[in-house]
Amino acid sequence: MYLRDNLIAYKSIVIKEILRFSRIWLQTLIPPAITMGLYFIIFGQLIGSQLNSINGYSYMDYIVPGLIIMSIISNSYSNVVSSFYGTKFHHHIEELLVSPIANITVIAGYVSGGVARGLIVGVIVTIVSLFFTHINIDSYLTTFLIAVLTAILFSLAGLINAIFANSFDDISIVPTFVLTPLTYLGGVFYSIEMLPEFWRSISLFNPVLYMVNGFRMGMLGVSDASLNHAIIIIIGFILLLGTICLWLLNKGIGIKK
Amino acid sequence: MMKALEIKNLKKTYKNGFEALKGINLNVQKGDFFALLGPNGAGKSTIIGIICSLINKSSGHILIQGHNLENAQRAAKAQLGIVPQEFNFNVFEPVEEILVNQAGYYGINRPEAFKRAQAHLKQLGLWDKRREMARDLSGGMKRRLMIARALMHKPSILILDEPTAGVDIEIRRSMWQLLQEINEQGTTIILTTHYLEEAEQLCKNIAIINQGRIIKNCTMSELLSESDSECIILNLDSELKKTPQFTDYSSNLVDAKTLEIEIKKHKNINDLFKQLTEKQINVLSMRNKSNRLEQLFLHLVEDKAIIKAEREN
Repeated sequence: MYLRDNLIAYKSIVIKEILRFSRIWLQTLIPPAITMGLYFIIFGQLIGSQLNSINGYSYMDYIVPGLIIMSIISNSYSNVVSSFYGTKFHHHIEELLVSPIANITVIAGYVSGGVARGLIVGVIVTIVSLFFTHINIDSYLTTFLIAVLTAILFSLAGLINAIFANSFDDISIVPTFVLTPLTYLGGVFYSIEMLPEFWRSISLFNPVLYMVNGFRMGMLGVSDASLNHAIIIIIGFILLLGTICLWLLNKGIGIKK
Repeated sequence: MMKALEIKNLKKTYKNGFEALKGINLNVQKGDFFALLGPNGAGKSTIIGIICSLINKSSGHILIQGHNLENAQRAAKAQLGIVPQEFNFNVFEPVEEILVNQAGYYGINRPEAFKRAQAHLKQLGLWDKRREMARDLSGGMKRRLMIARALMHKPSILILDEPTAGVDIEIRRSMWQLLQEINEQGTTIILTTHYLEEAEQLCKNIAIINQGRIIKNCTMSELLSESDSECIILNLDSELKKTPQFTDYSSNLVDAKTLEIEIKKHKNINDLFKQLTEKQINVLSMRNKSNRLEQLFLHLVEDKAIIKAEREN
């Protein structure tokens, strides 16, 4: 009974979340397509045409996986952080707090909403990229696995940000000052093999590098990092952030007086 | 009789050191229509917040239908329906979706949730608005939406925190009727309100809280019987130049055509009219100066500053 009730509650949150970002598709689904389209034109075609190939791929082909995973990262994160903070700001988080729903179900519901948006945007960006290049996916399983795990990880990160946020400014600080730099420096636009030894070593401490390269491994079959390392690191962070989320909700930090 | 709600030595001290609850003990019987009254800042919302798991308590125990809110949280929460003071639904969601989602949080599947939503929306006159965004509803409709939402999982206890604040008298009366019907069907109702007339009319039992302590907890009739006197206002058909004097009644001429009379407890009002007739004073209409419960409430809480704030609200 407990499991059945929580499955229904989980389904309710997921449907609510998907309907939420679908209702405002002009704000949630279209902008990433336009932004990434501009990246493809400027970096892929205009600048990329002047550059040599990387690991046997044209610059355009090389950056496609990075741009797709970048859009998955930013959209899964922003979906959860804005939605969950919105529930706090408008006080409808009380609907969840007064109900008998388990905190792990709340986390699973919001994370699934973030994953859904991340993957939908990922598919849209992939479709946009087809206007600029031809994609041959090396391993569908690896590509899908890394995309889903990355979306889960950044949805959890978005949830933690939302729990601590006290204003709308607070939900834009982490994406601006942490997420964007890590993503841009995570090998989206270049191979770390192109960097000097020192910066290459530093780059290996950037977790986003493993997601970008894991996804690139799935799509193109080339990577700057081992796929096994990428999967272990992503799952490790998922477990860590998931535990933190659950602890915060159980303690009522950021959501209860 | 089984207790619907049992509060034992409940204390709450906020981080800023404010002691909102100083050891509350309170029992609400199953099927009761219970009023929890108190001036602003007395601790009503803190009690409700703790019962609803929105506020963490400092110490004490709460049992809901016998389930400890701490150890059997899920079972305890499933018994509760909450209608908060502030609108706390997603105003960017359609009305029907708000209800269906809420039912889902209580493990009610969507086909059943849609059926219940239809019933409650029709019952509360919101059926035509089911596809509209909640933000487009009027204040009264939003209040009714919150009642509908609280009823979706058929709670055994319904807690209403000032449910009729800001709604017009017509809607208020219809909400009273609805709440009475819900109570007659066996749902325990706990009501906080600033409209003391509302509490007097609806509630069987009452607790008055002031400065974090329960200062009165009895039946409504017991409390009202404590009233020593009642003050009525008479509207006269002709002007009086001076205040008429009555045997056993004290009077005060408010203006030339308005007379205020204080009637002591157990005093027959017929005698008053007899004396009025003898003095050839014709009364056009009569009303209470203030609600009896209001007089007692003001007397009990005593703190003039709080009373002033209460009246201003």
